[in-house]
Amino acid sequence: MAEIRNIFDVAGRSMAAQMVRLNTVASNLANAGAVSGNKENAFRALKPVFETKFADALKRTGLSTVDAVDVKETTREPERVYMPSHPDSDLEGYVFRAAVDENEEMVEMLEASRQYQNNIEVVSTMRSLMMRTINMGK
Amino acid sequence: MNKISSHLDFYGQALRLRSRRNEVLASNIANAATPNFKARDLDFDTEIRRQIKQGPLQTTDQQHFPTNVAPGSEKMMYRDPINPSLDGNTVEMGVEQMEFSENVMRYQTTLQFLNGRITGLMSAIRGE
Repeated sequence: MAEIRNIFDVAGRSMAAQMVRLNTVASNLANAGAVSGNKENAFRALKPVFETKFADALKRTGLSTVDAVDVKETTREPERVYMPSHPDSDLEGYVFRAAVDENEEMVEMLEASRQYQNNIEVVSTMRSLMMRTINMGK
Repeated sequence: MNKISSHLDFYGQALRLRSRRNEVLASNIANAATPNFKARDLDFDTEIRRQIKQGPLQTTDQQHFPTNVAPGSEKMMYRDPINPSLDGNTVEMGVEQMEFSENVMRYQTTLQFLNGRITGLMSAIRGE
């Protein structure tokens, strides 16, 4: 991975990680309520794995950012619902509903977008500071 | 030259330290959702005092620039969280945001002082 040199690398990569998180939320919400004929094929909610990435020159710069290193399925089991009229239902008349908690996903979405905004805020503040510093003494 | 640089030196150092602290706080904000991340910070007062006391680095050649302290020698410390979260992350958004905005404000203040000094020097040079 590229070296973390400045504030733009820090915020940019953190925003990319939050974007992965928002993508998983979108996928989970899109699949909420989807049913499947067997347990193995039923959809399980996806979650990103965040990991801190420290700059190579951490001692000198103190910079660190975050990467979404992996996307994993949650271990929550799909719900078994009695729906004999469903064409995919098994011999006993059951289908498996996707293991997605909509409320949890909504909370996740809000938190991810808040943290995305925070990063943008940091960058725009730092950028205006840099512009002022460049114009020093004028 | 030496007189002019020593006239501006303190503010330059303060500015550098403020900007370093901004970067550290930005790293904390970037890691707000990372499990087990420990928020870090540096104490501006202690650092600026230490750097002033150390004085300029010794130069061995006439072409060397006298700088006050090697960059990156600041002592980083871990933040003591008010409400630690279950995933081991000690970044508290409110705290970090407040520290960041305070630091930005102080950076701008220092810049303003520095600008004032430069303007003073300029008007002395022009003889206005």
